[in-house]
Amino acid sequence: MSKAYVTKSPWVVHYDGSSCNGCDIEVLACLMPMYDVERFGIINCGNPKHADVFLVTGSVNEQNKDVVKQIYEQMPEPKVVVAIGICACSGGIFKDCYNVLGGVDQVIPVDAYVPGCAARPEAIIDAVVTGLGILQAKRDAMVEAIDAPAAPAAAIAAPEAPAAASAPSEVQYPPIFTMSEVKVNATLYKK
Amino acid sequence: MGKRTIVPFGPQHPVLPEPLHLDLVLEDETVVDVIPSIGYIHRGLEKLCETKDYNKMVYVVERICGICSFGHGWGASAAIEGAMGVQVPERAEYLRTILHELGRVHSHLLWLGLMADAFGFESLFNHCWRIRETVLDLFEKNTGGRVVFSICKPGGMRKDISNENLQEMVTVLNGLKAEIKEITDVFINDASVKNRMTGVGVLTKEEAMELCAVGPTVRGSGVAQDLRLTGDHGVYHELGFEPVVEEAGDCMARTVVRIREVFQSIELIEKAVAQIPDGPVDCKVPKTVDGEFATRLEQPRGEAFYYAKGAGSKFLKRMRVRTPTNINIPALVKMLGGSDLADVPILALTIDRCWYSPSTRASAVQKGR
Repeated sequence: MSKAYVTKSPWVVHYDGSSCNGCDIEVLACLMPMYDVERFGIINCGNPKHADVFLVTGSVNEQNKDVVKQIYEQMPEPKVVVAIGICACSGGIFKDCYNVLGGVDQVIPVDAYVPGCAARPEAIIDAVVTGLGILQAKRDAMVEAIDAPAAPAAAIAAPEAPAAASAPSEVQYPPIFTMSEVKVNATLYKK
Repeated sequence: MGKRTIVPFGPQHPVLPEPLHLDLVLEDETVVDVIPSIGYIHRGLEKLCETKDYNKMVYVVERICGICSFGHGWGASAAIEGAMGVQVPERAEYLRTILHELGRVHSHLLWLGLMADAFGFESLFNHCWRIRETVLDLFEKNTGGRVVFSICKPGGMRKDISNENLQEMVTVLNGLKAEIKEITDVFINDASVKNRMTGVGVLTKEEAMELCAVGPTVRGSGVAQDLRLTGDHGVYHELGFEPVVEEAGDCMARTVVRIREVFQSIELIEKAVAQIPDGPVDCKVPKTVDGEFATRLEQPRGEAFYYAKGAGSKFLKRMRVRTPTNINIPALVKMLGGSDLADVPILALTIDRCWYSPSTRASAVQKGR
């Protein structure tokens, strides 16, 4: 089965830490007709269990740090976290506030940072695209870690190599179901 | 009496990725009780204001809310100007009024979109936000920012906006009117939208006044309460301002108030641009703040309160801000009682939640304030 849907059309889940809403409306603006990332199949889903990319805006505080952790833990592997806005990166203008712990990386691991107040939609899209490379790398590492046989692992990596370009009439579709995927799922459930 | 179930709602929810948590106590599908909890966004902003000098402090206050950021900058500046006893030039007042009303157009269009999303009308949501982008382009051209502008300062404005740019703003907004009418007609006339909103979450006039509701929430219940009437800020008294009031008190009435306010704001901008005088946009202000001043400003969501107290230095001794959403939480709880579980997202949106209060404190006001 092609994994292009993960690396080209990720689903995102969005949480507003203690942001001022400036970055949140810019996240939504990315999905709206002006920037329109939905045409690539990128969907803002409300459920962390369906999401590949976690977009966090705003810094974390005592009240919301558990919420951020819970959403992160509910997301299936592999997953990428993007911290949007300077508050999510470091605390920004609010970093000296008594109730602000700092950036989101104080609570969960962050893969990409988008500085800016408020972060512009172009910058947010750029960060998510950067995150997709990280997502693919994490996926590859997971496949390797399970000690998969060489052939199915190559089949999963296939979408990266444009093999179809040389011979468009003879497209070799990878097998619909590979043993390595079964193992991936089994390890996840064991966790 | 059926078995009681408690359904948690928020702080992370598809229509509300926002820092409010509601424990909904249900009997079958009916909400019988609501326990709100807030503070997910508490940062300690008022304390931070005391460590910044009064010019830098305005940047902090603007970041209470990214949607009504201009208004917050204006409110904080006005509180400091009041404490200093400074009168800003007339052109600055006009520019502030124009940008504040432009912010209201952007905020209400954004809210209409989110409302459409809450009742599952995705294409309407997209169209509202598409039109809003044109308004953001106007902001970007004239102030340099899309959502946070930092153009207001104690004593006036950081920069002037040329008369040509203002005239262009009016032309663009008038061109938008037909498009806005097209989408707002869907809210008012579409049968399925009507079914979701008419008669849902009724807040009577008495309840609205008793619970101290503010903004479009109280105006949707037939109370003509609008701080633009008082003439404390801006030049509304010169523009012939009349508040928009609807009587029904349900979700539909609150939506219609906002729809009418979008068109009203465009008209106010047009009148203000026609009357704006030439002149300076800022004046000299003292180096230190003495005295204290409290002021209220009508934000897109309702009444916001700003209090500044100086201590003879450039640092404030105390800055207090109260934002409209916190004031509207009792009204929200009242609306939710007896509603269907399926209507909760719509009702949570109907007060135009923007939980960006710097404070976790709720204010209690005695009956018959």
